[in-house]
Amino acid sequence: MSHEQTSLAFRENTVRALEDSALRAAMKQAADTFGTKRADAFATVADLEALRDRASAIREDVLANLPMYVDRFVTAATRAGAVVHRADDAATAREIIRKILADRGARRIVKGKSMVSEEVDLNSRLEDAGMEVVETDLGEYIIQMEGETPSHIIVPAIHKNRTQVGRLFADRLGVPYSDDPQVLTKIARKALREKFLSADAGISGANFAAAATGSLVLLTNEGNGRMVTTVPKLHVAILSIEKMLPSLADLPAFLRLLPRSATGQTITSYVSVITGPRKAGDATGAKELHIVLLDNGRTEILAGESRDILKCIRCGACMNVCPVYRTVGGHAYGWTYPGPMGMVLTTLLTGMRKSHPLVDASTLCGACVGVCPVRVPLSDLILGLRRRKVREGFADPRERRGMKAFGKAAASPALFALGQRLAGAFWPLVRALGGKDVAGRMPPPAKVPFRRKAP
Amino acid sequence: MIRTIKEQGDTAILLVEQDVRTTLTVADRMHVLDNGKVVFLGTPQDRRARGHQENSHGSVGTMRVLLFGTCLVDTFFPEAGEATVRLLRRFGAEPVFPRGQTCCGQPAFNAGYEAQARAAAEHFLWEFDGDDPIVTPSGSCAAMVKHHYPGLFRDDPKLFAKARRAGERIFELTQYLVHVAKAHEAGLRGKGSVTYHASCHLLQTLGVREEPLMLLASLNGATFLPMPDADRCCGFGGTFMAKLPEISLALADEKAASIEATGADTVTGCDSGCLMNIADAMRRRGTKIRVAHIAQLLAEGL
Repeated sequence: MSHEQTSLAFRENTVRALEDSALRAAMKQAADTFGTKRADAFATVADLEALRDRASAIREDVLANLPMYVDRFVTAATRAGAVVHRADDAATAREIIRKILADRGARRIVKGKSMVSEEVDLNSRLEDAGMEVVETDLGEYIIQMEGETPSHIIVPAIHKNRTQVGRLFADRLGVPYSDDPQVLTKIARKALREKFLSADAGISGANFAAAATGSLVLLTNEGNGRMVTTVPKLHVAILSIEKMLPSLADLPAFLRLLPRSATGQTITSYVSVITGPRKAGDATGAKELHIVLLDNGRTEILAGESRDILKCIRCGACMNVCPVYRTVGGHAYGWTYPGPMGMVLTTLLTGMRKSHPLVDASTLCGACVGVCPVRVPLSDLILGLRRRKVREGFADPRERRGMKAFGKAAASPALFALGQRLAGAFWPLVRALGGKDVAGRMPPPAKVPFRRKAP
Repeated sequence: MIRTIKEQGDTAILLVEQDVRTTLTVADRMHVLDNGKVVFLGTPQDRRARGHQENSHGSVGTMRVLLFGTCLVDTFFPEAGEATVRLLRRFGAEPVFPRGQTCCGQPAFNAGYEAQARAAAEHFLWEFDGDDPIVTPSGSCAAMVKHHYPGLFRDDPKLFAKARRAGERIFELTQYLVHVAKAHEAGLRGKGSVTYHASCHLLQTLGVREEPLMLLASLNGATFLPMPDADRCCGFGGTFMAKLPEISLALADEKAASIEATGADTVTGCDSGCLMNIADAMRRRGTKIRVAHIAQLLAEGL
């Protein structure tokens, strides 16, 4: 079977995205806005580089001792009254959550934003089991109504403009058309308020997990996160194991970095720290708290050469600055996580066979490396995956032949000069790779190469 | 051995040798050839007295630098290479172009072909061996040598050390012109209006932000017009342009629009790959804005 039949059709997806002028305009505007807001938010952080160093070091320590921190978290969370479940893969996580909900007769579920729940495709499993699952983050609410997946890890409906949302709401909710974001938000809030009050269970993700106290940390803006985790009597949180921080004492550095990197806010509207279920005397909180810790290949990633991707704290800054992402949007990447962090994580989680076209989705411009708050070496990780792609035989055979010829020519001045005389050392390679359109973008080689005139 | 024969006094010796230092100790008269031309003729004492630097390559000059042309300049844009030579000479350096040089290996490195990249890198390290500074009119190739060569030789201590040393010796052209030659203080002439594209590897990997701007700002008679999003990728990306040509073209088009928005009559930058891509986007849009490597703009003002 050829690789094309089983792999993500990234190039085809980008061609489709490039033809969608509404998508391109929405992406450009949103990415520019977030980029500017991010820069403004960091303008007042005098010790930014030191702060990034500190956050990076904390994340490195977490990865270096991950099993220990996970054990600590499990012990502390259990002591605090939560029930902690370990899921090795997506299917196990789905089944654990389905069973928790089914055993308690939960039918109506409200959900906060969680990319890990997208990763394991939780909603469809619960819906198959006859449950109603309502996404309550405004962006997630919009795309769920549209039957889409998130196109950004922080701003799931980034690809949509307000006219499209207005039409969608008028269509599905039977409300008068409006493209005023405030009006649309009020409509969503009214519809969602009823869902919160009648829900049997809430499902959330978590931005961080503090190992020492077994606490979940959620950074949210719309208040829906707090509703999901406190209004229904049952709260199920799903998060991947690398979300650990040693303790809540490590949180301040991330509170300064994450909102600024993600949305350009100095802090999110809500910062929730949840340690165990509601205790006697507590004013709010779920009566029962279950925490599902997902591995889904992370332990294997941790042991490999791409482990640094697990430092990622999911701020999305790399997407907003990525020339490729901001041009084609997140859906082109074909899976849960888009952009620079996404192309790395997706390839690692879903395998080279499926995702090898994604490793080409970068100009290696390094803009992502420049903004990453925890110094994930994204360009190096992308290069590492490209080497793996070649090693594992997923590279285009024409490219392989061209590169072998290039390697010989680059180590032999005579061959190189010959190639140059024949039409430039790598011009035929480029033409072989991309067709005559690409060669047509390069000028013809100079009549007399520089080496013949050089001192 | 040669000295013994010489001391016997009855044999004329014609010594053909690349090592100047050894030659200086035994020869009575010497001719130094560079690329077929006699560049020095006289006694070793003369040569020492003239204060020329001695080095293994045997050429003469006040400050010898090895010029890495880069495969793109060599093959497609010799005018940028010639401009680099004129600039280096004007600012007291004697550029020498190691004849066997090819490519830094970045096309293979960036596409994941480590063995081929290593072959190119090892070849480079031998071609540019020694202690002289290396100057190249490309941020991307300089970044490759400085930041990626050592990793290619992590299992070979000797080549690793050589790679580290090459990384310390290599200068992107504007780095050299500002930090060594102080060319920004020379009052070069300029004309018209100029805008500048900050290429990614120059800026993000090599960390060169101010140097090109300092040089352009110093041009008497030219107006500098800043470009919106000057540091956004133009979509070249080496083999990226071949693998995902549709996005590459879209990015180049966006860059061309930013350049047009400045109203400048010339756009410049420090990397021929990006400039080639930008020139193509200009051509597709029918825009008549001149695209010139920064070496060309600066050399025109000498």
